[in-house]
This record gives sequence, C-alpha cells and structure tokens, in this order.
Amino acid sequence: MGKNHPNVDPYVVSRVRALESLLLEKGVLAPDAVDRVIQRYEADTGPMLGARVVARAWTDPDFRRLLLEDPTAALRRFDLDYAMLRVVENTETVHNMVVCTLCSCYPWPVLGLPPTWYKMPAYRSRAVSEPRALLKEMGLDLPATREVRVWDSSAEMRYMVLPRRPAGTERLGEAELVPLITRDALIGVAEVRPAAAAVP
Amino acid sequence: MDGVHDLGGMQGFGPVEREDNEPVFHAEWEAAVLVMMRAAGSRGIFNIDEFRHGIERMPPAEYLRASYYEKWLDGITRLLLEKGVVGADELAARRAFFASRPDAPASAALREPPPPRVPSNPNWVQDCIRETGATPRFAPGDPVRTREMHPHGHTRLPRYARGKRGVVHRCHGVHVFPDTNAHGRGEQPQPLYSVRFDARELWGESAEPNQVVHIDLWESYLLPGR
Repeated sequence: MGKNHPNVDPYVVSRVRALESLLLEKGVLAPDAVDRVIQRYEADTGPMLGARVVARAWTDPDFRRLLLEDPTAALRRFDLDYAMLRVVENTETVHNMVVCTLCSCYPWPVLGLPPTWYKMPAYRSRAVSEPRALLKEMGLDLPATREVRVWDSSAEMRYMVLPRRPAGTERLGEAELVPLITRDALIGVAEVRPAAAAVP
Repeated sequence: MDGVHDLGGMQGFGPVEREDNEPVFHAEWEAAVLVMMRAAGSRGIFNIDEFRHGIERMPPAEYLRASYYEKWLDGITRLLLEKGVVGADELAARRAFFASRPDAPASAALREPPPPRVPSNPNWVQDCIRETGATPRFAPGDPVRTREMHPHGHTRLPRYARGKRGVVHRCHGVHVFPDTNAHGRGEQPQPLYSVRFDARELWGESAEPNQVVHIDLWESYLLPGR
C-alpha cells in the first residue's frame, strides 16, 4: 500500500478527508467504498487480464481473429463486459503504441490502473512526436523499416496492443505464456521476451 | 481550451521515469480520490467531460507540479463546489478538523450515521454511444482536414492535430460530444472516427521516419479535403 511513500502531503490528505466526510454525509459515498476499490485494483483486476487475452490469441487463431474484429465478443469469453476496446496487432512491419496526450485514458477493465509514467508529461508529450526516440530511451530500439503507429486515446475508445509472440516460445501453452506478457508490452513500449528457461 | 494539459508535441519534460514494482496506489488517500470521482460521477453529479474539463482548468503551474490524484482532487473539488454539492465554508471547516486530526478516518467528522446512498450507474464512463441513426458523413479511406480552431472551452481535438490533413480509418459509431457535454449544452451525439495522420503532416521536417498517429475525432472537427 506504499505506507512509506515519502510524498504524503498532510495538506492534501486533510483535503481528501474533508471531501470524503462531506460526501459520506450527503449519501454520495459508501463507508466501505475505499476498501472495495483497493481490493478491486490491487487484487481483482490488472494487466494479468490483458495478458490472458493475449496468450489465448497467440494459441488460438480463431480467437485472435475475433479479438481483432470484435473485441467485445472476445472479451466476453473472459467474463469481461467491455464494449470500448480496440486491439491493435504488432507485426513484422508495424509496431503499435498507446498514449493519451490530453489526459490519461487507459483501458482499465483489461489492464487495471495505469502506471504513473503513463500519466506524466514526459511520456504524453513525446509519444506522438518522437516515439522512436522515446521507445529507444525506454529500451526498445525498433528498426527503421518498421512503421510506428501511435494511438492517441482522445475519445472513449481504448486501445490495447497485441504484441508479437516471441521466437522460442513455440512449445509453451497458453498458461505458460501468460506470465511472459508484461503491462508495458500491452501498452506498446516493450516487446515480449521469451523467459530464460524457454530459450533453447 | 489551449491548456497545459494538451501535451502532445511539447518538449523539455525530460526522460520517462519508470518505477520498479510500482504499487497500484502510493497511499490510501489516492484510492479515496478515485472512489470519490466514481461515486460522484456515477450518481450524475458530473459527467466524464465535465470531470476532464475540471482538471484542465487547474492553473498551469499547479497542473505540472501536481501528482495525478492531486489533479483529480482539484478537479472534483472544483466541480462539487460549482455545482453546490458541497459549500466552501463546510469544506474549509472539515479541512481544519482533519488538519488537526491527521490520522482520523473520514467518518470521524460525522455526528450521525451516513444516509442511504443515491442509486448509481456503474457504467457511466462507458455510457457514451448513442444509437441516433445518424449517417456518417465520412467513410473509411476518405481524406479529411481537421478544423483550425482554438475554443476556450473543452475540446478533444489536440492542438498538434488542428488544421491537418488525414485519412479516415474507421467510424466508431455515434458518441456523446465532449465539447458541449462538458458545458451543460447537451450530449449532441455525432459520429466518431479514427483518423490516421502521417507524422510528416503533423511535425513537418522534424518528423521521425515511417510513423503515423491515429486520433479519435468527432465529425464536427473534420472537413472534407485533401
């Protein structure tokens, strides 16, 4: 829960508590709502949901097609009711990455809450204007021949990247692939690497 | 509005700082802010577009200094005051109460048990598609040009993509229009498109090679054109 986080500003906390208590009093907020949301985002949802969807797409061609053409129907197979998602596929010739330059839009129902860097100016400012340089700084050096396709989430549509399945994972099944698929790969600022054990 | 929130293409913010094993929340108050935003939004106190515009109206220097959930706190507080859900005096009194009792839970300031809550719409954020039967003006493959405009109010046409030529990639259906919905002027739903822009159109000779940007844009942001 980050109790040791150094930047807990007492002034901010008092403003939060003040508003919280007024909203409790006015019937807007439930007394246990904060505990429930912590449970939800720390335990029940997160990038593992997106990773499961991607692992299925890598191992089941029919599901992959459905995910790209009708993501809502594909997500329903994972008991996810989410009509606003588009899935964009990385290939040999195209690399996709996702940003929200105007605020911090992010596909919460499949990836959980965004990491702080996704919400900060350093990423939001340069993702659209110099994505190659930015990705290189973040550890992903793309060949010049690969098109970089940036998705700026300016409306309520949300984007998730379907990363390329790495070489050396051909023998792995769906469940074994899931832990390899990182949040950063689903945003498009990293590629999926084969686990050390899986590399021959 | 041409605010500091409209960050696409700006420079000078330094490298992206990634935190290893970052916690979902860095402190409990962040979760409380998220909960308040959802509780008020899902009960119709503000819509998502008013919420975003509430944050955009932070003073620019504050916006850049504040953490993510501080921005949310600022935006929510502004809206709740403007809409009369909370009063400035009662808010100041409560803040003083908690400043003197920093470890007290929010319920400590209540004299009686909280009342039953107003019903909520749990899908309020996603609830933006309107089946109006409107016929989209543009089809995939159509060349378009974005309007050159600088409205003082809320808009989702980023500054870097104004007066630029692109190509319609697809239509997402008919969506609530943020530019009016953020200002109490109704939903005015209209077709929403994914529009593809070549980086050279956006950034001229500074563009990186072999790059495109897709932006989701409402029909009234677009003009036909080459």
